Amino acid sequence: MNLSVAIGKLRMQNPVTVASGTFGYGVEYAQLLDLNQLGAVVVKGIRLHPVAGNPKPRTVEVTSGMLNAIGLQGPGVDGFIKKYWPFLKELRVPTIINIWGATIEEYGEVARRLDALEGVGALELNVSCPNIKEGGAQFGTDVTLLSRVVGACRQATTLPLITKMSPNVPSIRPYARAAEEAGSDALSITNSFPAMAIDIETRRPKLGNVTGGLTGPCIKPMALKLVWEAATAVRIPIIGMGGIQNAADAIEFMMAGATAVAVGTANFYEPQTALQVIAGIGDFMRRHGIGDVGEIVGSLRVPG
Amino acid sequence: MIVEQTVRVISNEPDTDLYFRLVVRAPRIAPLVQPGQFAHLRIPPLELALLRRPFSIFQAQGDTFSVLYKTVGKGTEALSRMRAAEELSAIGPLGRGFTLPESGGETPLLVAGGYGMAALYLLARRSPRKGIVFVGGRRRADILCEAEFRALGWEVRVATEDGSAGEKGLVTQPLIAELKPGTGKRKLFACGPTPMLEAVAGIAAEFNVPAELSMDEQMCCGLGACLTCVLPIKTDAGWEYQRTCTEGPVFDSRRVLWGLPKP
Repeated sequence: MNLSVAIGKLRMQNPVTVASGTFGYGVEYAQLLDLNQLGAVVVKGIRLHPVAGNPKPRTVEVTSGMLNAIGLQGPGVDGFIKKYWPFLKELRVPTIINIWGATIEEYGEVARRLDALEGVGALELNVSCPNIKEGGAQFGTDVTLLSRVVGACRQATTLPLITKMSPNVPSIRPYARAAEEAGSDALSITNSFPAMAIDIETRRPKLGNVTGGLTGPCIKPMALKLVWEAATAVRIPIIGMGGIQNAADAIEFMMAGATAVAVGTANFYEPQTALQVIAGIGDFMRRHGIGDVGEIVGSLRVPG
Repeated sequence: MIVEQTVRVISNEPDTDLYFRLVVRAPRIAPLVQPGQFAHLRIPPLELALLRRPFSIFQAQGDTFSVLYKTVGKGTEALSRMRAAEELSAIGPLGRGFTLPESGGETPLLVAGGYGMAALYLLARRSPRKGIVFVGGRRRADILCEAEFRALGWEVRVATEDGSAGEKGLVTQPLIAELKPGTGKRKLFACGPTPMLEAVAGIAAEFNVPAELSMDEQMCCGLGACLTCVLPIKTDAGWEYQRTCTEGPVFDSRRVLWGLPKP
């Protein structure tokens, strides 16, 4: 039984990874699960310089999900290399580094700096964070800017590039095609959905940033539709994510066209979820006599 | 070491009229617990409320640990309905706890507001040096486990805002009265609401005594990954956000910034 998949030239031993921002830099989870059993580790987004992040409260629980507006707090490229890379480079599974910038030049510069680092699995371009005033989602919701960001990173590195898409567009198809044409090797779909919550007693927003990104099981049906639409528009592989809690959720994403999947918010409340998803996909394959996990990908049967 | 395990409820009974005391069998977690650490619990009846809830560990003995909690929202209300033999998932022990006092060192003065008492009990129990516990609350029902501290041979001084137990007023009053004569070396260990902790930090600075504060912040993952529970902490270079769940919950009072510095 073959569970391994390819994301461009990146090989993963199984199709299950974690969503950027929900798994820290891997080390935070190392005592609770064997990271070497994952398909890959995806770290929290970094830009060139350290980032302090947003005012609090930064997260709030909502029905079947949560809002976050962390503001991409992070150590910057140098801090990341010094503090986290010594741990990550010893893992036997690839590390995918999520990157962002306030300008196209900064994206390119971060990509260049990480290209020089030995052993990086891939770069994931965050063009879709809803909680950042400059940069972030503006690049993911403008086809021209999206092409230029992906193009700048493509010029800067030969590492596999995965573009993390914004759900906040009228149709994801032209954006998915733009990323593909600009040289992206894969797409991550989806980032969080812009959202908010209000405390009616104080009449204040529940997040310090007023608005944030909605994640968790409540977004799964919407994320699934985005994956399906994008899969009909591009040839590059898709990493599907949005509210995955178990293997059945992951298999839905794969049937919709995702080559791999990422567990996100569930890491916060059930750290074993990703490993349970891997085991569950294996069980499903055995039950259905599937020899290669790739046979599930895009196997959705649409009547008519 | 951090462990995730399924724990079994041994008992979950009302303590005073506001609080519950949950005792669970957790053979892998309980022996690891240090004073001031917490456990992150997934409460099964919550269903659509997904996140774990953090609780200071009140007592750890043999293969059990216990927490004291007040029903303040849907998480704690659901927890209060759990019965003996039911199971839930716990991750722990988490965070950096208190520094244990030394037998020849400073006299420990513990300062608690409401269920802050829960985080301090294990410290008193394991401290080789006895001291004084200052406990405050709105009314008598907020004063927890006074008898337990006395049973350890610690002196307990109570203050309530309505005067229904002990001195009328805030817990900081008897603390200041104790520090004023300025005899001997003392160290403060505090847990309670943030305004109380800020007041304790001010008193520690005024009387030039060290203080360790267990900070009360909203948490999400509890593991240091999500960066929800960060606090501005002084560093040699200025300040940085540190995680209450990982670098804390116990911080040196001199390093805690009580607001964001102007950029």
